[in-house]
Amino acid sequence: MESTIVKSIDYNAYFGDNHVVKNVNIEITRNTVTAVMGPSGCGKTTFLRGINRMHELIPGATAKGKIMLNGEDVMEMHPIFVRLKIGMVFQRPNPFPNLSIYDNVIAGYKLNGIKLPKAEKDKIVELSLSRVALWNEVKDSLTKKGSFLSGGQQQRLCIARAVAMEPEVLLFDEPTSALDPISTSTVEELFHELKKNYTLIIVTHNMQQAARVSDKTAFFYVGELVEFDDTKQMFTNPTDIRTQNYITGRFS
Amino acid sequence: MQAQSNVKFRIGKSTGFQALTVGLAFACVVPLIFILIYIIQAGITKINWHFITNLPKPVGEAGGGVANALLGSMIIIGCASVIAIPFGILCGIYLSENKTSKLAYWSRLCVDILQGVPSIVIGIVAYFWLVKPLGGFSALSGSAALAIMMLPIIIRSTEETLLMLPDSLREAAYALGMPFHRVILKVIIPCGISGILSGVMLSVARIAGETAPLLFTAFGNPYLSGNVLKPMQSLPLLIFNYATSPYNDWHDLAWGASCILLIFVLLLNIFTKLITRKWKVQL
Repeated sequence: MESTIVKSIDYNAYFGDNHVVKNVNIEITRNTVTAVMGPSGCGKTTFLRGINRMHELIPGATAKGKIMLNGEDVMEMHPIFVRLKIGMVFQRPNPFPNLSIYDNVIAGYKLNGIKLPKAEKDKIVELSLSRVALWNEVKDSLTKKGSFLSGGQQQRLCIARAVAMEPEVLLFDEPTSALDPISTSTVEELFHELKKNYTLIIVTHNMQQAARVSDKTAFFYVGELVEFDDTKQMFTNPTDIRTQNYITGRFS
Repeated sequence: MQAQSNVKFRIGKSTGFQALTVGLAFACVVPLIFILIYIIQAGITKINWHFITNLPKPVGEAGGGVANALLGSMIIIGCASVIAIPFGILCGIYLSENKTSKLAYWSRLCVDILQGVPSIVIGIVAYFWLVKPLGGFSALSGSAALAIMMLPIIIRSTEETLLMLPDSLREAAYALGMPFHRVILKVIIPCGISGILSGVMLSVARIAGETAPLLFTAFGNPYLSGNVLKPMQSLPLLIFNYATSPYNDWHDLAWGASCILLIFVLLLNIFTKLITRKWKVQL
């Protein structure tokens, strides 16, 4: 069953007077992986951060337009509810350095003051860590600090932290750009598993990654959504000349 | 040949410069060591159980202690901390979270100026604002004066500690749907706790020996008093009064009190170092 989960309508984002995302209209299908690619400074990260309203945390940042989540405009919702439904993973792994691995996974509950029985917490931690293929590696060191893990493990821990909240959509902001090739491929494999339960939107500056992991690809160029299509179609037969130039490496 | 002698000269110059830095660094330590040795020599023999549990005796009588000043100092410093710590930490949080707002700019400026205000001036202000309206000297007005002196140290150290935390930490918390107050209380403060605590302890150490603001606020009291609305003795006041008196017995009390004060400040500084090391969150 194909259904739209996220839909942006004439979305515009600004930093002060700087118009960084221009009139983006996009429809994202449930349980797919969407890659957002484009040269640096094209507004792809800003657009991603607009979806869960992280964009407006930056001083001077504003946005216009609509972003519909299941038919509800997130611009009208309270950011806290939006962020509970739309999880996010950042460029650099950022586990909470003061918390253990266990507490990092349930940080969304613990730090928000949601009390859960121990058994349920254990279940969430195990399920979330299993979903990011980290359970076997850390099950004996759950009480150690999150910063004790390697970079790739930390990033998976951050994904587990987002997964634990059972969001509908997971946003990834260049999730592998700070990781080594082996950790990168581990994380990429995860995307195929995760899309069974969630909808993934991944910003990447790496075209090969977009081609490898995504079902659909969006190409951004100087703030505009140039093209949005099936990944295969996009990489073999792009319609827009700018997409073609980007994919063939005429500019980057 | 010419080049070689030139190199020799340069090596000599370099060695001389190094020797100079080592020598000057050592020269900075010497006064502290002398002060420590001198005061501990003069004071440590006076300190015993009797000294810290008894009131000063009148001139001519042997013995006597500084119980009133010790208790008074603890109460005055305690009250000052209770006033200054919440204000200071919250203000520091505001400054670190709002780097560019107008209010932040002006409060930062005020804090910097406050740091430079002489302690006697703060004492006079406390006298006109608290002592006169309340109708008499009180320990509480002394605490208020000291709290004002603690504020800039706590605010600046809190602000600087929290600014060093990476933005990614805040983003991680916000992305989990945490409201502002929880981000601050559950993530930002726990991660910066070692720096915040060290600022608090240094500010306590800084005011422990302040005399000037207490002269016309807490005023001093020869008897044991626990009432913060009445005049109260404190260690720096006792030292000031007794050291300038003509009696040898009182000089002894002043030496003992100086020694206690010095050890207190020394221990606070050492604890600060330990806490910073132990509670530091590895980012």
